[in-house]
Amino acid sequence: MLKINNLHASVEDKSILKGINLEVKPGEVHAIMGPNGSGKSTLASVVAGKEDYEVTKGNIEFNGEDIDELAAEERAHKGVFLSFQYPIEIPGVSVTNFIKTAINESRKAQGLEDMPAKDMLKLIREKADLLEIDRKFLSRSLNEGFSGGEKKRNEIFQMAMLEPKLAILDETDSGLDIDALRIVANGVNKLKSKDNAVVVITHYQRLLDHIVPDFVHVLYNGKIVKSGTKELAHELEEKGYDWIKEEVNA
Amino acid sequence: MELKEKLLSSFMVFENKVDIDTYVHDVRTDAIKTFEEKGFPSKKEEAWKYTSLNKILKEDYSVFPKQENAIEYRDVKKYFIYDIDSYKIVFIDGKYSSHLSQTTHDGMDVCLMSAALSKPKYRLVIEHYFNKAATKDSLPALNTAFSSEGAYIHIPKNKLVEKPIQIIHFSTGNESATMLQPRNLIVVEENSHVQIIERHQSLTDNSVLTNSVTEIFAKKRAIVDYYKIQNDNSNASLIDNTFLKQKQESVCSVHTFAFGGKLTRNNLNFYQEGQRIDSILKGVTILGNKQHVDHNTLVHHIEPNCESHQDYKGIFGENSTGVFNGKIIVEKEAQKTNAFQSNNNILISDKATINTKPQLEIFADDVKCSHGCTIGQLDESAMFYMRSRGIPEKEAKALLMYAFSNDVMSSVKIPELKQRITKIIANKLGVNLGFDL
Ligand SMILES: Nc1ncnc2c1ncn2[C@@H]1O[C@H](COP(=O)(O)OP(=O)(O)O)[C@@H](O)[C@H]1O
Ligand SMILES: [Mg+2]
Repeated sequence: MLKINNLHASVEDKSILKGINLEVKPGEVHAIMGPNGSGKSTLASVVAGKEDYEVTKGNIEFNGEDIDELAAEERAHKGVFLSFQYPIEIPGVSVTNFIKTAINESRKAQGLEDMPAKDMLKLIREKADLLEIDRKFLSRSLNEGFSGGEKKRNEIFQMAMLEPKLAILDETDSGLDIDALRIVANGVNKLKSKDNAVVVITHYQRLLDHIVPDFVHVLYNGKIVKSGTKELAHELEEKGYDWIKEEVNA
Repeated sequence: MELKEKLLSSFMVFENKVDIDTYVHDVRTDAIKTFEEKGFPSKKEEAWKYTSLNKILKEDYSVFPKQENAIEYRDVKKYFIYDIDSYKIVFIDGKYSSHLSQTTHDGMDVCLMSAALSKPKYRLVIEHYFNKAATKDSLPALNTAFSSEGAYIHIPKNKLVEKPIQIIHFSTGNESATMLQPRNLIVVEENSHVQIIERHQSLTDNSVLTNSVTEIFAKKRAIVDYYKIQNDNSNASLIDNTFLKQKQESVCSVHTFAFGGKLTRNNLNFYQEGQRIDSILKGVTILGNKQHVDHNTLVHHIEPNCESHQDYKGIFGENSTGVFNGKIIVEKEAQKTNAFQSNNNILISDKATINTKPQLEIFADDVKCSHGCTIGQLDESAMFYMRSRGIPEKEAKALLMYAFSNDVMSSVKIPELKQRITKIIANKLGVNLGFDL
């Protein structure tokens, strides 16, 4: 599904990603861990199509197609979804209007008519219930004045609405209390199928207890320096990253 | 002939057509003298520093339309808020169109200035109010000199006018350039409430210059909501002079939606003549392609315990220019005044410019005054966020602009009007978002 080949990316001549290789197949869950500043969010943004970053070498394939030249919205229409580490506040646009627009624009791109208002409403309610989101919440301005946890839950709500093929969750667990974590993880798991894939970026084991990864990668200084199975995550939780840094620097 | 000379000589022709033996005509005669002395304003005047009338004054305007022109409702229906029941006062090239209008004398007067100026039963009201709010600046004076037609609205005490009143000025473009000078008088007595929508619309690309004066008197506890839709063709220019005198506890709001036209100047003046008054001035300006809009506001706080709220948002594309000049005067007696002003702008083109200037003259010591202006670009991180959810660049931009203007839109009290304005904005931005904010 996703194939990243020797990806180098930089911003304002500062090199951040320095040769990433990663393959994610349908049905798989991958976790990416690593110290702060190692390039995890950058990787997620580059895959989602953020134009601030320049891909200087390598490429990204999605379902066999090179997507480097595609705009962020075109990638979204193909089924790429990024849950932001820091969701953006958009005063004046309600959660409902935003998601309606996003859904109908995706449908338009696929040559479909707008979703009938009734179906839309039903879908919104169903997914809001799945994530235990209060109905009142849906008419509030997107992310404006939301707590950290509310923002993250709202990201997963949007994911549930858009049903992406590939979901990249960038530190979706930070800012969540234990109940919210359970709700969010449950939401993600409900959407999981053999046809879609999830990449979870996290610092902590606790989310991985709920969303169990098939593979765990450690990103450090712009490179994947170690890959393993879910045991690697336990090891990192116990020992931190210093031993990895030492291994790399040795 | 220069336009000024032409107007001065036209005044003599005009005098042959009206009853000159009246109070109003004395006022007109004074006014033409004022205009003759002052002439059109130039950029040398502080208040006109960023707006030059030179170009638009060069056209050879026809000052009185040569013939009466008719238009079919179906051809202009789209300029009305037609999905609601409303009173309508409609003019074609400055002449009243009874065919397109729906006026009333049933328990209130929603009718014509020409009738009010000529019929004896209105004499007292006219003598009491006519030209009592308008200033003696040259453009209002010019309008006063030629005042003969426009809307006349008089709402008696304790009346909630259920239907909004639409005042629409069409110009047919049957002449290559037309100058119009509508004159409106609106008196809202104690405890009454009225909603008014005003629009100027030219039907061709021929030049139009409108110099309009509206005087509004809101008595004790009256509520007046006034909406101006300025979305005219690219050769239409508008100088709007609006004056509101408010008595105690009245609440008046003016929303100005400035989307079109060549040059638009809004001189909007509020005078608070009583306590616990609220004055609300809001605007959304969206411009492109060489358009120019100048909002020149004045709120004069004369008595204690009053409020004013100004919120103007502007989005400037291509090589458009915007001006916001907001003056707040707080007199020494006007203690406990709360005066707020904000002007936020987004430049979506590096060729667009905006000049924004608050002017505060505060003579009282116990007041709360705040003002702020911002000039920025569209938020890039918000753009990426929206695009990553599948909303294309153009639509994402439009959505951000809607969101930006939402503070102003949210106080529009007529849902159908709000919907219409949302549609105009969508049109202007070339998108169809399929929902109203
Ligand atoms: N837009 C940017 N401009 C400048 N530096 C950036 C930008 N984005 C990321 N960086 C830098 O790249 C490095 C990696 O950042 P990031 O991808 O956010 O790391 P992580 O998510 O792993 O904590 C950091 O040093 C960060 O400061
Ligand atoms: Mg990060």
